[in-house]
This record gives sequence, C-alpha cells and structure tokens, in this order.
Amino acid sequence: MVVIDATGRPPMASGAVPRPVRSRNPLDHDVPTGREEAWRFTPLRRLRGLLTGPDADGKVSVTVTAPAGIAVEQLDAADPRIGRSYTPADRVAAFALARAGGATAITVPAEAAPTEPVLVHLHGESPRSAAGAAGVAYGHLLVEVGPFASATVVLDHTGSATYAGNVEVHVGHGASLTFVSLQDWDAGAVHVGAHAYSIGRDAKLRSFTVTLGGDLVRLSPTVDYRGPGGDAELNGVFFTDAGQHQEHRLLVTHTPRSCRSRVTYKGALRGAGAHSVWIGDVVIDADAIDTDTYELNRNLVLTDGARADSVPNLEILTGEVVGAGHASATGRFDDEALFYLQSRGIPPAEARRLVVHGFFAEVIDRIEVVELRDRIMASVSARLGETPAEDEPATPAEAGAGRAGA
Amino acid sequence: MSTLEIRNLHVSVETEEGPREILRGVDLTVRKGETHAIMGPNGSGKSTLSYSIAGHPKYTVTDGTITLDGEDVLAMGVDARARAGIFLAMQYPVEIPGVSVSNFLRSSATAVRGEAPKLRTWVKEVKASMEALEMDPAFAERGVNEGFSGGEKKRHEILQMALLKPKIAVLDETDSGLDVDALRIVSGGIEAVRAKGETGILLITHYTRILRYIKPEFVHVMTAGRIVDEGGPELAAVLEDSGYDRYVKGGGAAAPTGAPAGAVS
Repeated sequence: MVVIDATGRPPMASGAVPRPVRSRNPLDHDVPTGREEAWRFTPLRRLRGLLTGPDADGKVSVTVTAPAGIAVEQLDAADPRIGRSYTPADRVAAFALARAGGATAITVPAEAAPTEPVLVHLHGESPRSAAGAAGVAYGHLLVEVGPFASATVVLDHTGSATYAGNVEVHVGHGASLTFVSLQDWDAGAVHVGAHAYSIGRDAKLRSFTVTLGGDLVRLSPTVDYRGPGGDAELNGVFFTDAGQHQEHRLLVTHTPRSCRSRVTYKGALRGAGAHSVWIGDVVIDADAIDTDTYELNRNLVLTDGARADSVPNLEILTGEVVGAGHASATGRFDDEALFYLQSRGIPPAEARRLVVHGFFAEVIDRIEVVELRDRIMASVSARLGETPAEDEPATPAEAGAGRAGA
Repeated sequence: MSTLEIRNLHVSVETEEGPREILRGVDLTVRKGETHAIMGPNGSGKSTLSYSIAGHPKYTVTDGTITLDGEDVLAMGVDARARAGIFLAMQYPVEIPGVSVSNFLRSSATAVRGEAPKLRTWVKEVKASMEALEMDPAFAERGVNEGFSGGEKKRHEILQMALLKPKIAVLDETDSGLDVDALRIVSGGIEAVRAKGETGILLITHYTRILRYIKPEFVHVMTAGRIVDEGGPELAAVLEDSGYDRYVKGGGAAAPTGAPAGAVS
C-alpha cells in the first residue's frame, strides 16, 4: 500500500508540512540522498547502513517491569495489532518494522489505574565490532492503554547498539497516559525511531522525550487523533554534547475537531560538532475547527562550535481555531544572568549549572516520576561538570580542542 | 574595621568607536557602619562606578586601585569579590528563569558564608527577612526576578543584602521605579541593615527622595566621571533645591566646591 500526498506535488510544494510516503514495504521508500527535506539535516553516513536494512548482528534486550494487571506479551510478526496505529513514513522505520520479527506489547486494561509506572528497559548489548560500530538491532514496541485507563510508561534506552526501533502508542478513548522515553545511550549508539501516538476521543497524552546519550539519535514523534477532545502534550529535553547528532522531528496532525496539542522542546548544546535538529510540524485539517495548538523550541548554545537547527512549520486549513502558534529561539548563555549569580558569590561553573538547570526545569519539573527527574538533572550536571575549564567561560579554542574527535 | 578604598579609578567601556573613558579618577573611602550617597545626573558615571566595584566584565579599569581592607579587589573575580564582602544591589536585576528564589538564596548564602547554612535556622532567617520586607512567602518559590514587578525586584535585592550581610553594600539606584509604599518598605530594609552597623553603604541615586528615609553621613556629587563635590547631609538639601545645574554647566568641569576628595573619609 502506498499513499502519496493527494496533491501529487513534491512534498516541499504541497504545503508547509511535507507529506511523506507511508508504506510498510521498505522498498516503497526511496533511498534518501540527503537532499530531501526529511533528511537534509541528518548525516547519512553515520546511520551505519540502516537505510539499507542490514541483517541484525547485535541485540537490544527488552525488560519490562509492570505493576499487576498489566499485560506484557511477545507478539508474532503477523499479529494484526502491529501497525494498527502506525504505517512507516520512511525507509529506516519500514526496515525496523519488517525486521523486528514481532513486537513487545504492553496493554493497560480498560479503566485500570496502576499507581506505579511501567518500566521498559531497552539495553543495547552490542559490543563494538572490529569496524568500531555497535551491532545492528531492530525492535517494535506496542503500548495500548484501554478506555478510561490511566498509566505511566517509561522507556529507558541504555547501552550501545545501532538500533532502529518504532514505538506505537494507542491511547483509548477517555484514557490518560504519561509516556517517557529516555535516550541515555552510551557514546557509540545510533538510534533511529518513530514514536507514533494515536490519541482517542477525550484522551490525554503527556509525553517526555529526553535525549542525552548516543552518537546519533533521530526520533520522529507523531500525533494523530481518532476523535474530538484529544489532548497531547509533547515535552522534550536534549543535551547535545561534542560530536553528537540529536534530531527530533515532530508531526502533529489535527484532523478531528476540538483537540489540543502543546509541544515544548528545550535543548542545550556544548562542544565542537554538537548538532541538534528540531522540526515541529503541525497540520490543522479543514475540519479541525476549535483546535488549540502551540509549539515551542528553545535552545541554549553553551559553547562555540555547536549548531542548533530549529524549524517550526504550521499548516492551517481552517481559520476557526482557538489558537495556533509557534516559537523558536536559540541563544547563548545570558552573560548578565551569570554576572548576577557570580555577584552573589556563586562560582562561575556553579552559576552556569544553575542557569542550565533553570532552563530545563520548566520541562523536567513536569515529570512526576521523581527518581527519573533526579536522574535526568544529575546527568545534565555531570555533563556540565565535564566542562574543560571549570572556572573559565569556554573559548572557541577550548571548545574546538577540548572534545575534538570525541 | 572594614574599609573600601577607591583611589584614582579610571574606567573605560568598549564602544563601536573604541574605548571610551567613563570614570576619570574617582577617589572614595567607605568604612563599615558609614553611609555614603553618591548623587549625580544621568551619564555621570554612577552606575559605572557600582559595576566596576562588583567587577562587571563590560568595564575595564585602566588606572587606579580598589581595595577592601588592603586586599586588591581588582585582582578578584566577580564571585570572589562577593565572598570578600562586597554586595551590589542592581538597578536592573536580571531574570534567571527556572531558578527558584529559595534555591538561589541558599546557593549564594552557602558561597558567601563558606558553608551551607543549617536548614532550620536558615528557613527562619529567610522568613523573618522576608516578613520585614513585606514579601509573600510564595515569593520564595518563584523564579529569580521572573515576572517580578519593579518593587518586587528591589525588595528581593535588599532581601539578599540582609541575608548575605556584606561588609560593603553598593545600592545602585535602588530607589528608582518605586512607588511611595515600595520606597518606604525598601528604605526600611536598608535602614535595618545599616542600624546593625556592620555594613558600609554606598547609596547611588539620581534623586534626593530616598534621602528622606535614609540619612547619609556623607554626600558626594559626581559629574562627568569625577566626584566634583562632597559634604554632609546638608549637601543633599542643596541638591534638592537647585539640582545639578551648577555642576553640569561648563561641561562637567566644575571645580569641587566642598572639601577635597578623600577629606570626608
């Protein structure tokens, strides 16, 4: 099945937001050249061949810790539940679905309200090969929250792998889901994945995408609503260190009326070759009256040599909306803020740490799992603590020499 | 006995046309327990003086010295100056989003005191200081200066002064932008610190209004980067009546009419 943008025009010409080809067959997706809108920011050579779907020679183990009453199953590749809410929109995602050989399914029954979160630990167990790259692994995760249920699901990615994995999240009517995906990979990992959220009528999703580790992480969260009254909050935090590429490509499609979406992504970048990409696409279809949407991306560039790309796109096909807006800003440390803190006796390194924590706090403080919040902040602190010269503002020379080749 | 001594201070800022000298030889001595007012028209260099004492990187000291109890202040970083006992209440306090007032106050008190204050006594101390400044307890959970009104910002500055107990406090136009109620509260906070006699206060102001609440022992008039007149409280009264005209006429080159620089200290 191939669905192409109905206008037949190339994506760039069809509107602000490109419509990708959607198909489960990898061969329906062209091999990107790097010039496509969807791939122009991604260093294709660092994908370690994921575009051609190499055989798996590595492993990402999946360990689920779930409160009583939550079903955890291993599904066959033929299971009809797989792909119900998601059809791959690019070649890597299609290979991931084709090669995952099934899926891990987590099902929260209707009206259940477990107080403890479901923890899904995905651990890359792929030692680096002779060529220096972590082994290839594929995965598919299915999260289904039954009608009127309420749950928290946490994905925790650690270890090392070259991993293509999709996540399909189906939120039932009137249900409420808090979903956290933490990318805390070792330095050598590559992670490409689609996170597809399907929001039922009057359902609420609160998601957090936190990307800290890895050599290259490219995630594509998408939101679709199956009925009116859906509410999706997509929060994101990333800390892009020297040499890392972290890309978050969001697409929220408002088709039914009276749905709400809020996108808030905050990133900090540090060191030579640190590159973050944030794409925020929102489409409000012609029938999606009474839509309320706002997306925001703020980036804090801590040193020279780092680059943040931020591209919000809003395509509005009806004027009868509650609100539709976006904001994007990328800035450096506010020198006056650092001076203010230092003038109160706070040493420069501590002052910078406070400013970065404050910057992230708006998003991280919304995470209700305390241990997770603390772990993320501690990880950010640790990264800041590695600053080459503790008491000197980083100069271009430091940024270039300190972490080159990392 | 804490003494801040400023001698022949020359300070420049970088402009598009190259460095421009703002302070042209300032001499000033402030001792613990003393209150000095520096008054002058806009552009006279008052704020430059306060930022230079605190060590703002925008200002370059090209000549002269600043010492605190004989220690070379100019050799210290901004944070070291604060830990040595210098405090600057800023004219335009900076917003630091996401950093709560309580976290900020505790971090700065820990840095200045050299150890984390004991939690129990610290909470009481902050509460009492905030009550004295008529600040709502909910204030402590807000982001530093985030969305504060002008009056709230200035009260927050004086709260910090009260908690950090500096040897020398420079108050840069703390009175500007305050309505009568806020001025009364802020002045009360300054007066409370002053009454303890442990802090030398350098009150920088454009207007004489605040001097109705806080009586300085010494008044200095600054124009064009120099202190051009000095005297006691009576000088403030003269300025209240006649303004700065007599100093500014003639391009700021007016000769001092009062005691020579340094004589008041």
